[in-house]
Amino acid sequence: MRPVFNYIDRSSPIHCLAGATKLVCLLLWSFAAMLTYDTRLLILLSVLSVALFRLSRIRLGDVSFMIGFTAVIMALNNLLVFLFAPQHGVTLYGTSHVIANLGGRWVITKEQLFYHLNLILKYLATIPIVLLFVCTTQPSEFAASLNRIGVKYSIAYSVALALRYIPDIQQEYHEISQAQQARGIEMSKKESLGKRLKAASAILIPLILSSMDRIETISNAMELRGFGKHKRRSWYMARPFRTADFLSMAVCALLLAAALLLNHLNGSRFWNPFV
Amino acid sequence: MNDPIIQFHHFSFQYHAQSEPTLHDIDLEIRKGEKVLICGPSGCGKSTLAHCINGLIPFSYKGECGGSLTIAGRESRELGIFEISRTVGTVLQDTDGQFVGLTVAEDIAFAPENDCLGEPELHERVQKAAALVGVEGRLHHAPGELSGGQKQRVSLAGILVDDVEVLLFDEPLANLDPATGKQAIELIDEIQKKTGAAVVIIEHRLEDVLHRHVDRVVLMNAGRILADVAPDELLSGGLLKENGIREPLYITALKYAGVTVSADMHPDSIEGIILREEDREKLRDWFERTPPAPPMPERPVQLDIHELRFAYDNGHEALRDLSLSIRAGELSAVVGTNGAGKSTLCKLICGFEKQQSGTIELAGCDWASLSIKERADHVGYVMQNPNQMISQTMIFDEVALGLRTRGVGEEEIRRRVEETLKICGLWPFRNWPVSALSFGQKKRVTIAAILALEPEIIILDEPTAGQDYRHYTEIMEFLLALNRRGITVLMVTHDMHLMLEYARRAIVLSDSRLIADAPCAGILTDGEIIRRASLKETSLYTLAQRCGIDDGRAFVQRFIDYERREVRG
Repeated sequence: MRPVFNYIDRSSPIHCLAGATKLVCLLLWSFAAMLTYDTRLLILLSVLSVALFRLSRIRLGDVSFMIGFTAVIMALNNLLVFLFAPQHGVTLYGTSHVIANLGGRWVITKEQLFYHLNLILKYLATIPIVLLFVCTTQPSEFAASLNRIGVKYSIAYSVALALRYIPDIQQEYHEISQAQQARGIEMSKKESLGKRLKAASAILIPLILSSMDRIETISNAMELRGFGKHKRRSWYMARPFRTADFLSMAVCALLLAAALLLNHLNGSRFWNPFV
Repeated sequence: MNDPIIQFHHFSFQYHAQSEPTLHDIDLEIRKGEKVLICGPSGCGKSTLAHCINGLIPFSYKGECGGSLTIAGRESRELGIFEISRTVGTVLQDTDGQFVGLTVAEDIAFAPENDCLGEPELHERVQKAAALVGVEGRLHHAPGELSGGQKQRVSLAGILVDDVEVLLFDEPLANLDPATGKQAIELIDEIQKKTGAAVVIIEHRLEDVLHRHVDRVVLMNAGRILADVAPDELLSGGLLKENGIREPLYITALKYAGVTVSADMHPDSIEGIILREEDREKLRDWFERTPPAPPMPERPVQLDIHELRFAYDNGHEALRDLSLSIRAGELSAVVGTNGAGKSTLCKLICGFEKQQSGTIELAGCDWASLSIKERADHVGYVMQNPNQMISQTMIFDEVALGLRTRGVGEEEIRRRVEETLKICGLWPFRNWPVSALSFGQKKRVTIAAILALEPEIIILDEPTAGQDYRHYTEIMEFLLALNRRGITVLMVTHDMHLMLEYARRAIVLSDSRLIADAPCAGILTDGEIIRRASLKETSLYTLAQRCGIDDGRAFVQRFIDYERREVRG
């Protein structure tokens, strides 16, 4: 069972950045990539994101599952766009350069292909950065950084707590389901839906009840150690900002500014090479 | 001595949800540097008293307080829970649940973080507190990489990181194996000497806590304090037994031998108790006089386990070449440290996991091809916490669940469930909802739900965890009665008393291997096995040595036989 956050401990310049820096950069970067369809900027972002990924010394093998998963989603996304909106590129760019006709509405145009190129570039520009964040930030540092960018610490801490207890609850789920299987409760696909729902409840009800006990213990333990005493709290895992942190955030802010500026200059989110 | 730091005066408390007060007229003083044990049976009010001391009452659990409770000279209800936690640090019973950090260091840092303590002081204080309890080498470990004892040390460091004046331990022995429990008591003693804090221990395992000196023992029952005296005095009277607390075994043995135990003998430890020559003589006489039990008739092998090997996906070898046979109608205990392979063994028997090599045979039939469900017709598995098993609202339905999934006819189900409920003493509750039952009764329901399937063997994980002496006895007598009906019982346990009093045989695992398989009296007097399996030597053995009985093992066996025959009949 792999945790949601798959922190990989290696030494790299990316690992050395403070968690809050990485979170801020991730947000700025994704906004930039989301806002613009300017192909030039998307190419720059993609090249940079791949380069940063290399810099982090995270190997493709470490994240092969996530990469495979996003590749499938990306292919599906492109396929569906083409199936349901084959003329979308034409509408966007205002011209139509036909390459081939597949019959009916499904005409392949340069504009549509260009639009798909942009879609793919968006994935390339963001996914490596998200993976980078997930693999180089310790979960508790993530909680600390959420708090640092202004999220209330009770909420930020609940993220850390969820990460702390998810493995325990998975383990418990596994044990309960084994014991219930011994009593003849099966979750196999052979059973009818009604039976499977019943079976699920035989596992989930005990899991919920014992989780309630757990929550009572945790909240007592936290309260007895002063959680919620002050409006602020400090974080053991928080790191002070250094030059590299300020620099990274400045670069990401510039990228976002560039995206906004290009949107303004282009008059829309799209850069149109066809006119 | 010093000023009282905690002072109850005519104090009473009633939860809003209850019609009767839980605490009546409590008068109690705890002074700086004192070590006080609060004991009593389940439901006597000792946990409620602990909640009053740490401020969970009245700030988290609401209710009506009467009289006065002052903490460091100020009335508790005028303070807040956060202010009280500056004076009183609490280590809760659940070593796992109270671990709130993702790593050791973060967990220790939790309280000072909430005080907004900044770097580098935060790191310095964490380092210091970790060193005090000996976990400084594990600062970056996750809770999953720690043993129960280590987790408890981390919790303790988490309160020592602030300079508290009272250390409150709520059932510190509940989740630990015997040797770790012994170390915990030693650690508490050591920390008290280093910090000079007052220590309050809530625990019903008297003998284990008395492993180190305690200034006073407060005995509670039904919400009142019955005694607040030095341990020597309490041990020499009859109050403990009357109130459902187990007295130390060496004292029970002395009483059987006709020795009158008085306070001036200093009975609070087996090493320190003063025994006159005539007392020793009496014990030797009793030993000679008591006949050994006749040997058990040899029964046929029921479950035959041969060279079992199992490793988890991550390569960790959980069982190595384990061979073992269980005979029909036996009642045995599986013991050893956490991670020694006890639960893996049970999982393999029940088919939850599949062994890499080796065989399991029931009455000569190989089990390799049987599914979990098919095996469950022969072997029943009862989890430690009944809340992990119960999924139905009504008792009848819960017990019938396994039969219904097997497609047994409704009439047959009714007959079998009713019969099971009668055997389990649950017949009067047959139409009750499960939620109305006590913890011990729920445990019975889970056992009943397994029994309804009519297995030949029943495996229980820690059947008596968290139970006081009375409930422990109830559950164990019930299992004994089932055993007499011919059901083979296998119990995974940390409880040395349970082993000694009920199990005929102990199967000892250590480091993924079987290291001993013998009658319990032999195991608990063998220093080498005790050390390797993290068990604890029984005080009966030390008593025998002190009285000049050479064959300590025979003495322990004689004591067990005598209790089975004379006391429990």
